[in-house]
Amino acid sequence: MSAEIEFRNVSYATQQGRVLLDDISFALEAGTTTAVLGRSGSGKTTLLRTVNRMVEPTDGEVLVHGKPNVDADLITLRRSIGYVIQETGLFPHFTVERNVGVVLEVEGRPREQRVRRSKELLAAVGLDPEIFAHRYPHQLSGGQRQRVGLARALAAEPRILLMDEPFGALDPLTRSEMQDMLRDLLRRLHTTVLLVTHDLDEALYLGDRIALLGAGRLITHVAPDEFTTSREPEVEAYFRAFHRGDHRAKGVQPV
Amino acid sequence: MSSGFFSQYGGEIATLTVEHLWLTGAAMIFAAAIAIPAGVGLTRAPRWAKPVIGIANILQTIPSLAMFGFLLPVPWLGERAARIAILALAAYALLPILRNTYAGIRGIDASVIEVARAIGLSDAQRLFKIELPLAAPFILAGLRTATVTCIGIATIAAAVGAGGLGELIFRGVASVDNRLVLAGAIPAALLALLADGALGLLERRFKVPA
Repeated sequence: MSAEIEFRNVSYATQQGRVLLDDISFALEAGTTTAVLGRSGSGKTTLLRTVNRMVEPTDGEVLVHGKPNVDADLITLRRSIGYVIQETGLFPHFTVERNVGVVLEVEGRPREQRVRRSKELLAAVGLDPEIFAHRYPHQLSGGQRQRVGLARALAAEPRILLMDEPFGALDPLTRSEMQDMLRDLLRRLHTTVLLVTHDLDEALYLGDRIALLGAGRLITHVAPDEFTTSREPEVEAYFRAFHRGDHRAKGVQPV
Repeated sequence: MSSGFFSQYGGEIATLTVEHLWLTGAAMIFAAAIAIPAGVGLTRAPRWAKPVIGIANILQTIPSLAMFGFLLPVPWLGERAARIAILALAAYALLPILRNTYAGIRGIDASVIEVARAIGLSDAQRLFKIELPLAAPFILAGLRTATVTCIGIATIAAAVGAGGLGELIFRGVASVDNRLVLAGAIPAALLALLADGALGLLERRFKVPA
């Protein structure tokens, strides 16, 4: 296995001197999903954004496909990396089909190819192209919009997918459906995924590795079963915060 | 108004209406050619927005008769009254177009712009595929305000001899003939309503439901 993304001593401070990332180093193996957990403001999103250079680290470097990403052409780099965010950022004046094919469109690929690819991807994310291809984003539910966002991110067959709380705004049932769909899809595609999430369950369900950030530092980066048994105080605190209602569940003794 | 009035002035009204339209239309194209790119430029350098929009605002406060008067002695401009009229009208049209272009683009959902950058649209692609189409209803609204205002102001251009429907109004005032005043004022008002309606329709066509 080789590293598809590697953070090497990555630090980032704002112009006002606030440190958002503090000397972070770890690697993502090709074809794996790494879930990044941490409080709001712990630097998760900033870290994700250094990969496609939406944020340029003030120190250290990020290697993408084995090369420092600053050496790559910015536009080419970004087109080769899928990007999914909670707000979806679908283009409201484009149909679903055009939204999905937009990276191919700006690359100048022929229309038939874009339409074909859009249809394939819509089907892959569980939306019937016959019904949805010609709709506009405002005609979709939150979950459907998120599916379109994912289809768009995958259109150019990126080897890397960045996902920033993709399902954060969805209700628990829709969210779990989306997680299943994503897991099936990723199993087939061999994409390397960096998934930022607040949701411990989501991290454990989807992640091959879990990274926990706190105040801009990497606290731990381990496999899910190591994470669940970790004695690290920050990890335990994270667990406690997530299981406060457990004693109400049927058949579970209060802790 | 009697039919005699129309047989006497009908042709002139038509000619002056066309002239009026030409003055306003040319001024709008001129103003849009400056204000839309300038508005886009300001979204790239927002710290300039306040001073630049401020200047356009000051232009707007100059009384129109004074504006036409100021431009009269300017060398190349002064030779042809239409040049003065078009420049002065364009100056009045700058503010609404500039302000709406700037606000229209700045008002686009931040996540849309974020994704456009993150998935690798070039600056030009982002502008022409995303920003301008989404800001179009605002830009057209600015153009509409500017057009309606300028159709009114253009009647004053007759004071410097630029023609247009103002000519009939000025002549009517001078000869205390209300029929002539109305022969200028009514077509001007109709033109303004027509422009308002047509640009309003266009604006609605570009509107994207949220």
